[in-house]
Amino acid sequence: MGTPAAASAYPAVSAPGWRDTWKHARYVATDNPVTLGAFLLFGFFLVLAIFGPWIAPYDPLMSNTEVALKPPSAANWFGTDSLGRDILSRIIVAAQLDFGIAISAVFASFFIGSTLGCLAGYYGGWADRIIGRIADTIMAFPLFVLAMGIVAALGNSVANIILATAIINLPFYIRVSRAEINVRRNAGYVEAARLAGNSDARILALHLFPNVLPPMMVQISLNMGWAILNAAGLSFIGLGVRPPQAEWGIMVAEGATYIISGEWWIAFFPGATLMLVVFTFNLLGDGLRDILDPRMRT
Amino acid sequence: MTLEAPLLSVRDYSLEFRTRSGTVHALENVSLEVAKGETVGIVGESGSGKSVLSFGILRILDAAAEVKAGTIVFAGMDMLAAKEGALQEVRGREISMIFQNPRTALNPIRKIGRQIEDVLRTHTSTLQSELKKKAIECLAQVRITDPERRYSAYPFELSGGQCQRVMIALALACNPALLIADEPTTGLDVTTQAAIMELVSDLARERNMATILITHDLALASEYCDRIVVMHAGHVVESAPTGRLFAQPRHPYTARLIAATPSPEVEIDSLSSIPGNLPDLRRNDLPSCRFHARCDRAVGQCAVESLPEVTYESGHKVRCFNPL
Repeated sequence: MGTPAAASAYPAVSAPGWRDTWKHARYVATDNPVTLGAFLLFGFFLVLAIFGPWIAPYDPLMSNTEVALKPPSAANWFGTDSLGRDILSRIIVAAQLDFGIAISAVFASFFIGSTLGCLAGYYGGWADRIIGRIADTIMAFPLFVLAMGIVAALGNSVANIILATAIINLPFYIRVSRAEINVRRNAGYVEAARLAGNSDARILALHLFPNVLPPMMVQISLNMGWAILNAAGLSFIGLGVRPPQAEWGIMVAEGATYIISGEWWIAFFPGATLMLVVFTFNLLGDGLRDILDPRMRT
Repeated sequence: MTLEAPLLSVRDYSLEFRTRSGTVHALENVSLEVAKGETVGIVGESGSGKSVLSFGILRILDAAAEVKAGTIVFAGMDMLAAKEGALQEVRGREISMIFQNPRTALNPIRKIGRQIEDVLRTHTSTLQSELKKKAIECLAQVRITDPERRYSAYPFELSGGQCQRVMIALALACNPALLIADEPTTGLDVTTQAAIMELVSDLARERNMATILITHDLALASEYCDRIVVMHAGHVVESAPTGRLFAQPRHPYTARLIAATPSPEVEIDSLSSIPGNLPDLRRNDLPSCRFHARCDRAVGQCAVESLPEVTYESGHKVRCFNPL
């Protein structure tokens, strides 16, 4: 699609199709090296998450008490834990689980939250009141405690961690999409679309929802970081993922007791990885918004 | 359809809005006819119900609105009884609308070409592969320079005049029988205004499309309209062919409006203004002639008895007890 010749005269104004988006992405990335760094880091973690089991130098579950509690060395870059398992391998393999939890949870809350938010913002009235109060109710709890409660009540499983994480993030999506739709529901172009014979569903899907996406992208990216922290936090206190499965939160928990005795690497490396991942997602959010919002293209 | 039957006929249409501070009697006994290919101007000051009438015709009204009386028939279809689905078919395909502030009437995050394609996809059976070509044709018809390139422009990349052209392209994409232009040139400078109006009237003539031009600019209406309907505070006070209206206004309000319109022969200092304001439409004891408090020809009946409709030759109608 697109006319390739059209862009030649004024390249910055309007070249069509994906090529333009790519070009713009490149512009944003080179213009802002922090964004570029965030994208590279994200790509790196994504590779770990997808190919982790093949990249990891050792079996993450294989214990070998002969090499237990060894500090970082050439053989074990990040050292070994109390059972002699290679920490680097465990960190790499855990990426899949942590990303899986975060992505499923965030997309569940994105789809459900933005649908509810759109309905509340567009129709107002009772729909708005009911959905708004649901969001308020969830927000009224300390979110981590709510997540603990959900996992404790429903049982220790990955599915329940995803559910709990999705529920505690729901209000943010409801509120962002509700606000974005609400300010636009009487915009000229919505009126125009209605006058051109579009149904409510079409107006919402085609004209209003795309407006929500740029702020949502930022929200998704930030949430991704929180979701990973949340999953790790639940595992840290013993809810959710269970040992011996490799998971960053569990690894920090396992290592925490050894910090006093000087074996700092067991908790430090998974903790640092967590920090770096959350940091990456936070930076990514801003970069994504710059790329996705056409109004930023000037 | 015979030549006599009008394309659009609004009869005794009354509309109220229920608000917290009382019922707003927005339109009362409004009658209006538009023939095929005819350009009708609706003139009146702000708040006289011009826009609400056009939204009422398309039946896009706030939930608080209530149609109290009247009929609206468009091309044989009873607009007030029609189902929502049937109305959606009519909107955009048979009746289109353009408004002031074209920039806000275009979706800021969709390419204008895509927005035209949406309309074509909704209302016509254009093939997917033809859509883009058709959209570019639509842009070319409204004389946008370099339509291929503009196809993938976002609204914020265009000037106000270009945005209005895009709006017109959108409105005319499905060859509607009636175009409602709600102050299409407000907010544009005078030269752009002339260009846009020329474009609308040329396109209307080419397609034999009827146009309702809503404006508060009497001079603009006189230039482009075959017939003018003057509204005041939710009433149609006078309707007449343009020439007759200016040569011999019958309603005191129309006469005042014409006297208040600048022209090269009249000095600014001698322009008259109309005293007073529109009455508060929330009142329950609105006088039967809503102009009578501002009128220097008011007689005793004006406030109490229901208004007569006086008809002169060539369809010149006025609702007044004491016409000029």
